[in-house]
Amino acid sequence: MIDSVFEPLSHGTTLRALVEITVLGIVSGAIGCWIVLYELSYSAESLAHGLFPGLVIAALIGAPLLLGGAVGVLVAALLVVLATRLTDESSDTAIAVVITTLFGAGVLLALSPSSPPGIQELLFGDLLGASTGDIAIASAVGAAVLGVLWLLHDRLLAVGFDSDSGRALGISVGTLNVILLALVSLTILVAVQGLGNLLVAAILVGPAAAARLVTRRIRPMMMIAAVVAVVAGIAGIYASYYLRTAAGASVVIALMGCYLIAAATGVLQGRLAPRDR
Amino acid sequence: MAAVPGRSFAVADSFATGYDGRVVLSGVDFTIGPGMKVGLLGPNGGGKTTLFRALLGQIRPLAGSLKVDATTATVPQSDRSRLDYPVTCLDVATMGALARLPWWRRPGRRDRAKALEGLETVGLADRAKDSFGDLSGGQRQRVLIARALTAEAELLLLDEPYTGLDSASAARLDRLIEDLAARGCSVMIATHDVDQTRAWDRVLCLNERQIAFGEPAESLSREVLEATYGGHIVEIPGQPGQAVMPAHHCDHEHDHEDGH
Repeated sequence: MIDSVFEPLSHGTTLRALVEITVLGIVSGAIGCWIVLYELSYSAESLAHGLFPGLVIAALIGAPLLLGGAVGVLVAALLVVLATRLTDESSDTAIAVVITTLFGAGVLLALSPSSPPGIQELLFGDLLGASTGDIAIASAVGAAVLGVLWLLHDRLLAVGFDSDSGRALGISVGTLNVILLALVSLTILVAVQGLGNLLVAAILVGPAAAARLVTRRIRPMMMIAAVVAVVAGIAGIYASYYLRTAAGASVVIALMGCYLIAAATGVLQGRLAPRDR
Repeated sequence: MAAVPGRSFAVADSFATGYDGRVVLSGVDFTIGPGMKVGLLGPNGGGKTTLFRALLGQIRPLAGSLKVDATTATVPQSDRSRLDYPVTCLDVATMGALARLPWWRRPGRRDRAKALEGLETVGLADRAKDSFGDLSGGQRQRVLIARALTAEAELLLLDEPYTGLDSASAARLDRLIEDLAARGCSVMIATHDVDQTRAWDRVLCLNERQIAFGEPAESLSREVLEATYGGHIVEIPGQPGQAVMPAHHCDHEHDHEDGH
């Protein structure tokens, strides 16, 4: 039994994957709570898909993926704003059209016969391919994201509670929303390499959604979300090691398993009763 | 708070304001001094919220002037709050400190003590650690007033605070408003209940422009109410000139102080 716990740690790739998912889990758990409370789950998933062409182009020309993803996010955001302003479409329709188009363009590039092998991993992630440099970048970006979240915690809480009152308290609500979306983008940028473009939303939304079902306090919610993300991440990587399944997909299945357990706990606690707003 | 003789918290002089250069409220003239209770009457869309936003400094004058010499805070309708949001009453009351702090500062121990003091003032210190969503409508309203007290507000803007309150909760809110005025705070209360405003110091009637401002006994004539509400007025039998609003203008659902 003990051997089965320690054996995967003797492999550098698995060890690095465990460290990477621990870092991603802590950051995603914290920012995921704001994604859920600000009802940004759709935006977070859209951001992840929208930056895909940027990732693919960066991989094709040999530029850093982080840089490609950052450019991809900015282009996607600009196109969504333009589509909303220049047409009569609602913002969610504009997002759906722009993001699907960008994602399709990215897939077209990634799956073309001339693309180098391995580029398809951008779709599903490659946790086991995390290098020491990737972990260092994820840790640095994650620390910065957590630092800004700590600084803005009370203002985020006030605006999420009631944005009009937040404005009346002197908080610049528009600026705060832009900062939050920038932090979500940064988190996606470092998480997408491990979990892939199609699966990254799971670690951003799943743990926070699970935590919300079992607590009605913000700090415990963040701690539970981070613990769920890390535990499910580690469980997924162990499952991947022993069952020889894809690491990213195994982590996502473990995350959703945690959500179902939280939902069952919530039912038992009577927390899934219809909520007033 | 010590009242400063001659000090005015808010002075409007031929004030007009609106959005995107379009005037939605005009001809506003009033002076609000310390400790004054002001009833704000007007139909939906008549300019009450616009006036609140102007007093908070969120929108600029398009004509005339509005001088505010008081820390101002708004107390929104409690049914607009998110009841499933993960905050305690103390968390909500502490939010008021953000109005006083620069953006890089977080509320500290002193701010939380101030927030607890605010909860004591509104009679809810014992519910400080309870979830905001677990309180009744009247209690939530009082927590939002505690938030304004944490902001050290001198001028409180209450947006239809009696909506949804049963008579016991409404009486408790009446006493709290009296307490606030006695401490030197001025309170402007948006309401549809004309009779209620008769007990306050001043009444301000708006319908896209100022219809009247003054003591209720002098200002609340049938003509003023007709101009304010567009003719939907019922005269009180045996009291010529006295009028009340028809029921649909102050239709509220009721909840109970102890109900969750």
